[in-house]
Amino acid sequence: MHVTMTVNGTEVTRNVEPRLLLVHFLRETLGLTGTHWGCDTSNCGTCVVLVDGEPVKSCTALAAMTAGHEVRTVEGMADGGTLDPVQQGFMEAHGLQCGFCTPGMMLTARALLDREPDPDEATIREAISGQICRCTGYATIVRSIQWAAAHPAAAPSEQEVTA
Amino acid sequence: MQVPAPFEYARATSVRDVLELLERHGPESHVIAGGHSLLPMMKLRLARPEWLIDINDVVELRHIAEDGDVLRVGALARHADLLASEVVGRLFPLVHDAEKVIADPVVRNRGTIGGSLGQADPAEDLTTVCDVLRAQVVIAGPSGERVVDMADFHRGPYETACEQNELITEVRFPIRARSGSAYEKVERRVGDWAVGAAGAALQMADDGTIADAAIGLTALGLEGLATDAAAVLVGQRPSEGLVAEAGRLAAEASSPVEDQRGPVDYKRHLADELTRRVLRRALDRAGATAVQGG
Ligand SMILES: Cc1cc2nc3c(=O)[nH]c(=O)nc-3n(C[C@H](O)[C@H](O)[C@H](O)COP(=O)(O)OP(=O)(O)OC[C@H]3O[C@@H](n4cnc5c(N)ncnc54)[C@H](O)[C@@H]3O)c2cc1C
Ligand code: FES
Ligand code: FES
Repeated sequence: MHVTMTVNGTEVTRNVEPRLLLVHFLRETLGLTGTHWGCDTSNCGTCVVLVDGEPVKSCTALAAMTAGHEVRTVEGMADGGTLDPVQQGFMEAHGLQCGFCTPGMMLTARALLDREPDPDEATIREAISGQICRCTGYATIVRSIQWAAAHPAAAPSEQEVTA
Repeated sequence: MQVPAPFEYARATSVRDVLELLERHGPESHVIAGGHSLLPMMKLRLARPEWLIDINDVVELRHIAEDGDVLRVGALARHADLLASEVVGRLFPLVHDAEKVIADPVVRNRGTIGGSLGQADPAEDLTTVCDVLRAQVVIAGPSGERVVDMADFHRGPYETACEQNELITEVRFPIRARSGSAYEKVERRVGDWAVGAAGAALQMADDGTIADAAIGLTALGLEGLATDAAAVLVGQRPSEGLVAEAGRLAAEASSPVEDQRGPVDYKRHLADELTRRVLRRALDRAGATAVQGG
């Protein structure tokens, strides 16, 4: 079947099997491997992408069900050379170690800050509670999101600074 | 990699559309709402529908509306919608108690009330919530619409009164004066299914006695309500002794099984303790005179 959806602002149409999961549509059909794929059982949250601005576990959604909607993946966070404040925050506050959980964490953080620009720590912890990080112990992820909340305008990336 | 078996997919845009598609594609066609119970089962090949009818575009099923003495909730209302609804929290605080601990915030963005009731997993929380609120389920089918009490909706684990060619369209919650409700769940970790949970809804009489009571348990081997436990409360003035007696009877009515979430005696203890806790909180919310002790 043909599915058409907007991915990171660009409309894409592909012919896929109805059983294709959104995570595999993004990673394999479109080659957007920034979306990670972990537990496959809706538990770890590394596959989280935004659908119409809301975090969704893409291992538990069909590409077919997402047709007609807007998807945003980690590849769509930066604006050209300018990182999203959330990405910048993860750099500033060491929000990642191995990086496996990071795309899902950052997208959930983005959705949270879009809804609530100045969340308290409990709200941040609740928002990411469906996502597992094996490395950081979460403290630095929380700090990264707090950094992003405190710096809502995207900071210039290193590239731009040195250019 | 877990991949569902092949199936055909169709999207419906109205209730009539859903019913026609279910009729046309026969017994192996099933509706999909949030997909957060069905897709995991399909990935494990525990479910192998030949057709999936996607109901997410059926906008007429999304309402949450106070209408006289009932609250009408469309089958497609998501966990996140229920949790965000001020009117739900005001009228039925136990819905918010439960929604805060159902899965995690990302799953709650997708899972629906219709899918929860349709799944009828014994560890699923909203069934207990609907039981104790004496909700009614509206089911649309080829020969029209019927309204089913929760007591008749139950058919056992993973089975309900909603037939394959039918659709749950709405859940109706009766609004009652001087009422209070509460839900409490014990889980091993955030976002997990219940080790055990209890829910209670009460209505007070003008003279300060309990006019009506309903107690339900989740994942503790009780289908429907704990009727004996509720019966000891009715007509009585609230007291800690009464609450303890109801807890004891609820535990007696439970028949938990041992699994990786815990042994039988622990779960039976939860049935007792959680029943006491939700009763105290429901009484408090109903404006009953404070229960003494414990
Ligand atoms: C990681 C994880 C943790 C979870 N934890 C909990 C938890 O702690 N507590 C809890 O209660 N739930 C939990 N759930 C389940 C979650 O709440 C589900 O989303 C919900 O039970 C099913 O809703 P759905 O809309 O996703 O249903 P779907 O998966 O779309 O459907 C489930 C079943 O209901 C049928 N159905 C759906 N809509 C209708 C309708 N309108 N009429 C008739 N039949 C219908 C489908 O055909 C299917 O058989 C969890 C799920 C996950 C993935
Ligand atoms: S891969 Fe989707 S939740 Fe783990
Ligand atoms: S950084 Fe390794 S899992 Fe989170």
